[in-house]
Parts: sequence; C-alpha cells; structure tokens
Amino acid sequence: MKKTQHSSPFIYKLLAGILVFLSMFAAAMVLGAADITVKDAWLALTSSASGDKISIIRDIRLPRGIAAIVVGAALAVSGAIMQGMTRNPLADPGLLGLTAGANAALAITIAFIPSANYFVTMVACFIGAAIGAILVFGVSAMKKGGFSPLRIVLAGAAISAFLYAVAEGVGLYFQISKDVSMWTAGGMIGTTWGQLNVIIPFIVIGILISFFLSRQLTILSLNEEVAIGLGQKITQIKAVLFVVIIILAGASVALVGNMAFIGLMIPHIVRVLVGTDYRFILPMSAIAGATFMLFADTLGRTIHSPYETPVVAIVSILGLPFFLIIVRKGGKAFT
Amino acid sequence: MVRLFTDDLSIGYGERLIVNNLSVTIPDQKITTIIGSNGCGKSTLLKAITRIISHKSGSVLLDGKDISKENTKILAKKMAILPQSPESAPGLTVGELVSYGRFPYQNGFGKLSKKDYEVIDWALEVTGTSDYKFRPVDALSGGQRQRVWIAMALAQETDIIFLDEPTTYLDMAHQLEVLELLQKLNYEQQRTIIMVLHDLNQAARFADYIIALKDGEMVKAGSCEEVIVPQVLRQVFQIDAVIGKDPRTNKPMCITYNLLKGEKQHEKNISTLYAHASSDY
Repeated sequence: MKKTQHSSPFIYKLLAGILVFLSMFAAAMVLGAADITVKDAWLALTSSASGDKISIIRDIRLPRGIAAIVVGAALAVSGAIMQGMTRNPLADPGLLGLTAGANAALAITIAFIPSANYFVTMVACFIGAAIGAILVFGVSAMKKGGFSPLRIVLAGAAISAFLYAVAEGVGLYFQISKDVSMWTAGGMIGTTWGQLNVIIPFIVIGILISFFLSRQLTILSLNEEVAIGLGQKITQIKAVLFVVIIILAGASVALVGNMAFIGLMIPHIVRVLVGTDYRFILPMSAIAGATFMLFADTLGRTIHSPYETPVVAIVSILGLPFFLIIVRKGGKAFT
Repeated sequence: MVRLFTDDLSIGYGERLIVNNLSVTIPDQKITTIIGSNGCGKSTLLKAITRIISHKSGSVLLDGKDISKENTKILAKKMAILPQSPESAPGLTVGELVSYGRFPYQNGFGKLSKKDYEVIDWALEVTGTSDYKFRPVDALSGGQRQRVWIAMALAQETDIIFLDEPTTYLDMAHQLEVLELLQKLNYEQQRTIIMVLHDLNQAARFADYIIALKDGEMVKAGSCEEVIVPQVLRQVFQIDAVIGKDPRTNKPMCITYNLLKGEKQHEKNISTLYAHASSDY
C-alpha cells in the first residue's frame, strides 16, 4: 500500500495476468488422461489437421477449457460486482442464493419441460437466480439494519438450503435426480460446442457491460450518499448491475452447475494486486477467475486420472479456508 | 440573491413525518449551521436538500429550479455533500479518493484530464493534505481523513458544500482545524457552506446564519446573536442555559446549562442515579 503499489501501471499487471492465463490454457490442453503432446495441441488449435488426439482436443478438451474460462470469468466478475454494490466482503453468487435459485429452476425445467432446449434452460436459470437473490435480500430487509454482511450470508445459507431442497424434492418426485445431479455436479464434463454457442454470448455481453459500468461501480462502492452527491443515478446503475449479476450467475449454473467460492475468492485476491478501483478489479477478476477455473478443472482431470475428481470439490477445498479467513477478519479489511 | 431555499418541505419515512412544512432560506456565500436535538430532523433536512432522500411534499429550489426535476449530474456540479463519517475502501489512496470528486465532469471510462489533475492537486493543497497523496485513506487519523473528504468535495468544484456533522469523532483540536478550514474556504473563495453541528459554541463561533429545529419545525433562524439566546435554547433543547460572550471572538457562548425543571422523567433518572451512587460508596 506504499507509494510503490500504484507505481507499476495496471497495464503491466494485466499483461502478466494474461500471460499466466495463456500458460494455464496451454497446460489445460496438453494435460489429461490421454497422452497428448504440445505439438498435437498446437495443430488442433491452429490447423485443420485431423486425428484421434486432435479430435480429443477439439471436441473434448477445448470446449471444456472454454467452459472453464467463461464460467470462471463470469463468476469472478459477478462476485466482484456484488461485493462492490453491497459493500459486503462476503458477497458471492453461491453464498447469496443465486446459484441455488438457478439450480432449483434447472430441476423444475428438467421436470416440467423435458424437451427444453439449451436456451430455455438458461433463461430458466436467469429467473431462478433472480428469485434466489430477491428472496435473500427480501429476508434480510425484513429486519431493520438487516443488510449487515453476516446477516445477509446467513439469510443466503438458509434460502440456499431451502432452494436446494426444492431441487432435490423435484428431482425425487419426478425421478429425475440423476439428470439434475449430472448437470449440477458435473462441472465442465461433457460440455459441447452447442451449449457454448448459446451461453457464451450472454456471458461476454454481461462482462462487457460490467466493464463499461466499472467506474460507476467504484463510486457506488465508496458510499451510497457519496455516489448520489457525485451525481450518479444509483437506482438505474444498481438495476443494470443486478441484471448483469443474474445473467453471469445464471449462465454459469446453466453451463456447469453449482460453483461457490470463486466469486468470493478471486476479487479479494485481485484487490491485493490492483487496488480498489473496479476499472482494474473487474478485468483482472475476469482473467484470474478464468485462470483459476482452468487450473481447478485440469487438476480435477489429472490428480486421479483416468477418473474425474469433481471440480466443485476442488474449488471448495481451495475456497473454504479463504472464506474462513475473510469471516475472521470480519470484513473489517473491506469497508 | 438567494440561490437555495426550501418551500413547504415535508420529509418522512413511511407514515412518520420527520420534517413538517419547512421553509428555510440558505443565504448565499455564507456559513449556515443547522442545530437541534437528536432526532429533530436536521440530518434529514440536509439529506433532502441534497437529494439523498426524497421528500414527501413541497420543494427544494436551487437557482430557481426544483432539485427533484433537475439532472443529478448538473446538481453535482453545483453542490457537494460530505456525509456523516463516511468510510472508504481499504487501500484507497488519498489521491484516488479525491480524484472521484471529478466524477461529475467525466464521461465514459473517466480518464482524468489535465484540468482534473490540476483541480485535484489544488484541493489537496488547500486542505493541507498534499503530503498524504499516496497514502491509504484508512491509515490516516480522523482529522486528516476528514480533511481528505473535504478535499474530495472541493475537487467537485461546487459553490455550495454540505457537511453532516463534520466534527464527529474528532478531538477538540481537530474539530477546530476542520471548522477553520471551512471558514477559510468561505472567506477566500466565497463558498456557501451548510453544516449540521452538535456543539452550540462552535455553531455560534463559525456560522453567519443558524437554523434551530425542533421536531422537524423551525424554532428560529438568524444570526448567532438572535438564535443562541436562552429562550430559543429552552425551546429547542429543553435546557436552561447561561449565555455569555466568548472573550476572544465576542460571539455568544453557552457557559453552563441545566436541564429544565419540572420534567418528571429527568428527575426520576437523576434520583435513581443518586441512589446508585450512594449504594456504591
């Protein structure tokens, strides 16, 4: 936090981040159950050559890697936005009911519209995420002063438990538990290009909108009264940011299912690197989130290969200690 | 010329009215202080005038225009607000915080222009915070921090500055430091300053115009000689005050005061206090 902290311009940090990200991406393509050389990976990505190993990359590893990238970026950015908007250091789509809401919506969609295509499923996830978030903030708002960080997290835990129960109940009753859990616990397994084509535009647009509003988010994260005094239309800005969060979290669930902690963890690490300005936090969170998710997924594929270790387990094992550290600090380091 | 006044302003949360049909005029290029007991609506009034909260009826007019209909960014170039004890994100440097004062003048991604940098440096200079420019705000003392927030309000380059209890949580020396800074800004740059203060003697010493509120209604408004008088304080704070003269500034000052007699609740409190005290010894 000394003078030197901001002396190395953001652009260098961003480039370093991109470099780490690209290395991770290369590793994710090469490493795995099947023996693949760097040359195969290169050919698969850059040429039209064909072959067994090349199709493993093109049809399995590449879509899976891209899924990890977009989901990691989406969750990290939505977590950063939530933390900035609510000035709550514990904000995360997984902790505040959005993921659980999208998950319940997913189960209901599978039960009632078995023929639903990918787009319909995703929209259902958006709606579910919005309902989850509204329930959590609604429960918190019932009591005066209820928006304290820990109270919101408690409300989030209660609502999430309820919504997961709804998903389970629907799964059991309609005997689709297996389908639902395949989806929600499966991580990036079996991601197809078809799914990616539907979901990626939403995530990319959501992230771009957030970049455009990053300066507004910084002002909002200071203090609401200060934001109004500086001439910000806070209601409009918050509404747009809320929609962005819903889209990012909903699309992530539609693609990979439940994934907590990334949205919590990544922005906090990024703040240490780039400071408190969301013009820097958001792009850096996107890169760091993508890199982390690639890392977690690659680890899941390789530590016990040829068997898969669920990526959600890896993310949670890495994320939980982090959560505890932030709770211990009581969010003091944040506001 | 009067630029800012309220007309029959009523403010409330839900059903409860906090401020009732209040018409006050804020003299231009002067220091105005709002005083009153806890919960009398002084901060609420400040927030309504600065559009932080919306009002129920009546209007706030600035330069002949109703602020609830005016573009918020245009207002941000006319008036700046320093909320009560604001906090900032950890690690945010003084220079960065003050630079957000330029927000109303920026578009798009908000790259700071040469003019912006000049204004920021000037605001740091005037408030005596240039030395901390690269230090994190949360590492400063309370008085330094308050001056940094004032610098941010200054960077907004507004003629009118509102402050909600700018001296809260500061020790006596730092309180004076902040008030003298505001006085200097008023003298040297003719900024209109409106603030909520708790300390009557500070209000008397620094304000050109004092507005005394009681239960959301105005009891008295005028110069300190008109407002800091026993009758008004009796009504506003339910106190029996002895008013003398500050030997240095010649302003009225409250030398000592008692709670008004005849209020059963107070007497009861005092007698239980004595009961406790005697049982202790």
